[in-house]
This record gives sequence, structure tokens and C-alpha cells, in this order.
Amino acid sequence: MTDHHSDIDSVSGKSTTGHEWDGIKELNTPLPRWWVISFYITIVWAVAYWIVYPAWPLISSNTTGMFGYSSRADVAVELANLEKIRGDKMVALGAASLADIEKDPALLALARAKGKTVFGDNCAPCHGSGAAGAKGYPNLNDDDWLWGGTLDQIMQTIQFGARSGHAKTHEGQMLAFGKDGVLKGDEIVTVANYVRSLAGLPIRNGFDAAKGEKIFAENCVACHGDGGKGNPEMGAPNLTDKIWLYGSDEASLIETISQGRAGVMPAWEGRLDPATIKAMAVYVHSLGGGK
Amino acid sequence: MSQPSISKSMTSGESGLAVVFAVTAFLCVIASAKALDAPFAFHAALSAAASLAAVFVIVNRYLDRPAALPPAEINGRPNYNMGPIKFSSFMAMFWGIAGFLVGLLIASQLAWPALNFDLPWTSFGRLRPLHTSAVIFAFGGNVLIATSFYVVQKSCRARLAGDLAPWFVVVGYNFFILIAGTGYLLGVTQSKEYAEPEWYADLWLTIVWVVYLLVFLATVIKRKEPHIFVANWFYLAFIVTIAVLHLGNNPALPVSVFGSKSYVAWGGIQDAMFQWWYGHNAVGFFLTAGFLAIMYYFIPKRAERPIYSYRLSIIHFWALIFLYIWAGPHHLHYTALPDWTQTLGMTFSIMLWMPSWGGMINGLMTLSGAWDKLRTDPVLRMLVVSVAFYGMSTFEGPMMSIKVVNSLSHYTDWTIGHVHSGALGWVGFVSFGALYCLVPWAWNRKELYSLKLVNWHFWVATLGIVLYISAMWVSGILQGLMWRAYTSLGFLEYSFIETVEAMHPFYIIRAAGGGLFLIGALIMAYNLWMTVRVGEQEAQMPVALQPAE
Repeated sequence: MTDHHSDIDSVSGKSTTGHEWDGIKELNTPLPRWWVISFYITIVWAVAYWIVYPAWPLISSNTTGMFGYSSRADVAVELANLEKIRGDKMVALGAASLADIEKDPALLALARAKGKTVFGDNCAPCHGSGAAGAKGYPNLNDDDWLWGGTLDQIMQTIQFGARSGHAKTHEGQMLAFGKDGVLKGDEIVTVANYVRSLAGLPIRNGFDAAKGEKIFAENCVACHGDGGKGNPEMGAPNLTDKIWLYGSDEASLIETISQGRAGVMPAWEGRLDPATIKAMAVYVHSLGGGK
Repeated sequence: MSQPSISKSMTSGESGLAVVFAVTAFLCVIASAKALDAPFAFHAALSAAASLAAVFVIVNRYLDRPAALPPAEINGRPNYNMGPIKFSSFMAMFWGIAGFLVGLLIASQLAWPALNFDLPWTSFGRLRPLHTSAVIFAFGGNVLIATSFYVVQKSCRARLAGDLAPWFVVVGYNFFILIAGTGYLLGVTQSKEYAEPEWYADLWLTIVWVVYLLVFLATVIKRKEPHIFVANWFYLAFIVTIAVLHLGNNPALPVSVFGSKSYVAWGGIQDAMFQWWYGHNAVGFFLTAGFLAIMYYFIPKRAERPIYSYRLSIIHFWALIFLYIWAGPHHLHYTALPDWTQTLGMTFSIMLWMPSWGGMINGLMTLSGAWDKLRTDPVLRMLVVSVAFYGMSTFEGPMMSIKVVNSLSHYTDWTIGHVHSGALGWVGFVSFGALYCLVPWAWNRKELYSLKLVNWHFWVATLGIVLYISAMWVSGILQGLMWRAYTSLGFLEYSFIETVEAMHPFYIIRAAGGGLFLIGALIMAYNLWMTVRVGEQEAQMPVALQPAE
């Protein structure tokens, strides 16, 4: 049974409260002094903070503190500071033409720095953080440009995209020769091997080169040009340069010819401001060497 | 003494509950047939099956039992009710291992995204709430219910109130877990962190929780001790506040009573504020107050020492529950939440520091005079180390609530590290320690199967925690610094994807830490299983269990 007399704990020499539950007693130890003092300090600090900063709600407003602090005003100050660091050059960048930027080393450095930042958050998800691309997403480092590699062409591609639905977008796509019934299975295999031969890749035994050339001339030359050198006007890749967007093995080529290809690049006009698009064009141009 | 001649009849609880479940089964069949979406049909069917099973079990139990219900006392000594405690302890261990396993999987998904398997059911977005709910509510919740039912009986010297009610609580709570967890996998969620279950699961939980409160309160009221033991204050604060938080955060209007989707009543910043008032106090009252109750019973009991300071327990209890409820806004620093609200959240978090440490002092100092036991008793060591982790994370928490610190830590892995130092170190270890005590006591075994295995569990899990939280500290601070780094020209130094790439090695270390923690829990499950299976029965002591004084 519970006794209400406090007794002395023999180990610590302290008195207990006299309560006991299932064998558990409680010592009558006073509050640790350092604990009480620390608790008071945090309360005093909190009260002081309430006086200095906005803290308590009133009927239709709140206490504003001694200096009228507001985190929104803080953000405005930080943004202004950033503008100061970036300086007048940003204004100059907005006004300058692509050709002007190329000629002015300071503007060029600024455009590249800005372009790199914007690239990382907008382009890297598809093209990779190092712009090395992936299957279906062009490598931007290799100086091989589907839609042309001059500064103006790159900027146009970024602005309007490819097959993006934008009125000024790049159109043109690889047709589905097999699916649409233009070429039969064996013809596709033949022309796939012919394309491999153009790039100097090993070809299948018993491959009929003459037949391949004929199919190629009738179906592919219109876009890819004589000898398969490609045409940036139509986004038709050069087939001889050993750079392949969808793979160069026979199976991938057969898939490409049979099913067609029409990768989409979104239009960035309207999503990014003109100066930013300009900076990005300069940055991307610098990656691949540029034409 | 029992009266053997009384003719046997169903109690009103038995007959009433059987009827209610029969009606529920019927309604659930209709709901399943008329369901608008597949997950709702599945859940309604599951509920119908469970209701039918409940009717069957209630009737069967009635047929098997003697005419009189178990007496509250036998020979003047309380006849403690251990059945629901055993059930909850078992479920705690089961859900714990499931939750740690899913945690390991999602940690590995962050390091190796291919492990999402390109399937909706195994994607990170669905498994993450499965992990958090499994460890917090399923593992932690069952530990809390099991220990609270044990502690309230022992410290009140009274049999648990109710006959079917305690069973309704433990089984009903685990059925809620089942509905919530399967819902996440099927994509059913109201998208509120730690409150993901949809409206019907919330309603069911409300019923279960109110019965839990009533069972606990009724047991406290019929206590044979003049005073209410400190652990019971904490359990009661936990049960009452969780009910309030659950109701405050979850009012929702279903699109249809035959569909799983609902819309929460709150919107915009008010919704965000309700959410984090709920979210932070789930930490405060579920993961802190509830587990402090465990600490206040199991540490003095295991160490066989009196609680260090009664006065400190009173002061820190009231300070803790008064201050905690204000701290939620620190989750919304630098958002659309008004500045004054952010100020209150931050300052109350700072004032919370000492009240939190009051619990740590009382836990650690209870060991004075018994520190040598840490060398020989790995269970006590686990309990004490949990208190040390509690002290560490309740210092880190207020520190991270300071706005300038938060501007670096917010949204980074530092938060994950902080949460897990509390979750693995404090909640995990204090639960393990309590279960290592509780299982032999509830199953009436002399001792654990193997203290050596407890020792292994302790070291393997401790190593896992250290790997986990140190990896997350480093990666979190690195992440925060990379996000805010500017070049001299005034542009961001790193793109987001570069910061993700930088996290990769730390995610591997974190997964390794989580793997060790899981291995520890498996060792524990084996040890507890063997304790129950082959452990020596404790001789029924004729005299009270109190140690000689």
C-alpha cells in the first residue's frame, strides 16, 4: 500500500515524495538551478524578440515591432542587391544583338554565366547537366546541329522549339516508312544497311548495295540529301558523321525507318525573357564550338 | 469470488457490438457494390469482411468464455488484462519491421532511382507515406497503446476498463493502419503530410481513438492509488491532444459517400497552418509526450531507482504541453504565412528547449546511483541512449526553428537527419527498450531469451543511426550551401540537378545506415519470438511484485 510518509532514498540521501506506484518512487529533488535560469533566459529572449519584430495578432492587424520588419521587404532588398552585383551589364545584355555580344568580352562572359545557370534549371532535365544528351535528346557539345549551329539558328531553335506547336516552330520529321506502308520489311533492312555503309559501319552479309542506293535515292535523299549529308533546313541529320540521335545499330535504324522519329523540343519564348534566351543561345553556342 | 451458478448471457457490449458490426458489414457490402472507384470498392469489401469476422469472433468468444466475465481482482490482487497488450506488442514489431523495410527501399530509390521499378504502386511518392505512417502510427502507435495499457493498469493497480473495449481499440487501430497503408499503395491520399488517409479512414480512427480515451480514462478513474502516476499524465495528454489535432486538421467533404476522394475544408495558408499545427504537434504529443510516458515508467522500473525529481516532472509537463502547441509555424518560415505568426512559432520553439530537456534530465538523472547497470544491462543502455538522442534532437529542433538557421536548413536533408535522430534514436530506442521489458512481463517470462542479442541489436542499430544522421547532416548543409551559392557575376553557382548529383554518396551511406537499423530490428524480433516461445515461465509470486525496500 502507498504510504504518505516521505522516506530517505539510501543511495542519494534525498527524501522521496512518499508516493509509490508499482514500486516506482519519486525523489523530492528541487528544480536544477541551471535549468530554471536557462528557461527564464529563453522567455526573456522571446519577449524581447516580440518587442523588436512583428509578433502578436490584434483585432484587424498585428504588432509590427520596433523597425517595421517585413520579410517581403527583405526579399526586395536582397533582389536589389543582386541587381547591383549584376550591374548595368544586364541592361546592356538585353539591348545588345547577338553579334554585339560576341564582340564584347565582358558581355560574352556575362551571357555565358547567365546561360549556364538557366541551362541547368531548364535544359538539363533532357540534355543532361553537362549537355551530353541522351537517346532522343541531342548532345550539344559535339558541334553537330540538327537545326543549324550559328548563333541565330540556335537562338531560333530555343525560342520556338522543334515540333513544339508554336506557330514558328521547326517542323519536319522522319517519316514512318514501315508503319505507313511505303517500304516493305526487306527494303527497310536493305536501306538500313545502306545507311550504315554511308557512315562506314559494318554491314550485313549478302546486302544488296545497289538496291539500297536505289531505295535511298527514291525515299531519303529529299531530306537527307545526296550522300546523306543532311539538311538543317528540315532538321534532317547528317548520316555520315557517326553521331546518332537514336542509335546506329541495325535494330535501332530499322526502328527509326519503320516507325519514324519526331522528338519534341519545347518553345521557350514566353517562358523565358528575351535577354535570357539570348544568353542561353550564347552559352549553348559556346558548348559545341558553334558554326 | 465468481458465482458459478449465474446463467450465461451476452453482455450488452457483446450483443450491441455484434449487431453494430453486422449492420456495418451490410452497409459496407452496399458501399462496395456502388463504389465509384476501385480502391473504395476494395476498402469497403475489406471492411465488410472485417466486420463479419468481428461478429464471428465476438460470438465465438462468448460461447467459449465462462458465464462470469474475468474478475477485476483475484485474492485482493488486480487481475491485469494482458491480451490486448500482447496483441499490440506483436503488431508493433510486425509493423516496425515492415516500416523500416519500406524506409530502406525508399532510401535506396533516392540513391538508385531504377528501384522505383516504373510502377505506380512502388513509386517513391506512394511508398514514402507508407514508410512514415508505418513507423510513426503503426509501429509507434502500437507501442504507445501496448505500453499505455500496461502502465495504466500497473500504476493504478486496476484491471483495464472494459471487456471488449480494449480489444476494439487494438484491433480497430490496426485495421485503420491496414486501410491507410493499402490506400497509399492504390493512390488514395488527401496529400496532407502525416495525415494522408482519406475521410473514411479518418472517421474510423476517430471512433477508435475516442474508445481508447474512454478505456484509459475509466481505468485511471477506478485506480487504487491516491495519485495519478506521471506517465499517465503524459499518456493522457497524448491521447487527448491527438484527438484534437486529428479533428482540427482533417475536416473534409467527400465528393461522394461511395468514393474515396474528399476535399479538406481548409484552403491556402489556413490549410498550411492547420497542417503544421497538426504536423508539429504530432511530433510533440505522439512522438514526444507519449514516449516520455514510456520513459517515466520503464527507466525507473528497469533501473530500480526512484524518478529523479517530482517537481521537475510537474513543471516540465505543463510547460511542454503549453508551449508545444504554438510551435507549428516554424515549419512555414519564409512562406506566405504572416511574419507575426512565424515570430510566434520561432519564439515558442526556443522557449520549448528547457521544458523538453526537463524530460531528459529526469530520464538521465534517474540513473544516478545505478550507472554501473549500463555496463551489464543492454536494455537499460538502450533506454538511456534514447534519452540522450531525445536531448540532442530537442536541442537541434529549437535551433533549426531560428529563422536564419532555417533559411539554410529548410527543404534540405538536414531536416530528414533531424527527424531521424529523433525517430531512430529517441522513439525507436525507447520503444525497443520498452518492448524488451514488456514482452517478458506480459507473457510472464522470467527474462529475455538472450541479453547478448540485445547487445548486438544495440550496437548494430547505433552504428546505423550514426551513419544515417551524419550523412544527412553533411548532405543537408552541403545542399543548403549549394542552393544559395552565387557567382561573382550574381548568378546561381549550381543548377538544381548538380545539387542532386552531389547528394548521391550520402544517399548510399544513409541507405546503409537504415539497413543496419533494420538488421537490428530483425535481431530483436527473433529474440522476442524466442522469449515467448522458449522462455522460462516466471513463478507466480504470491506477494506483490514490488522490490523489497
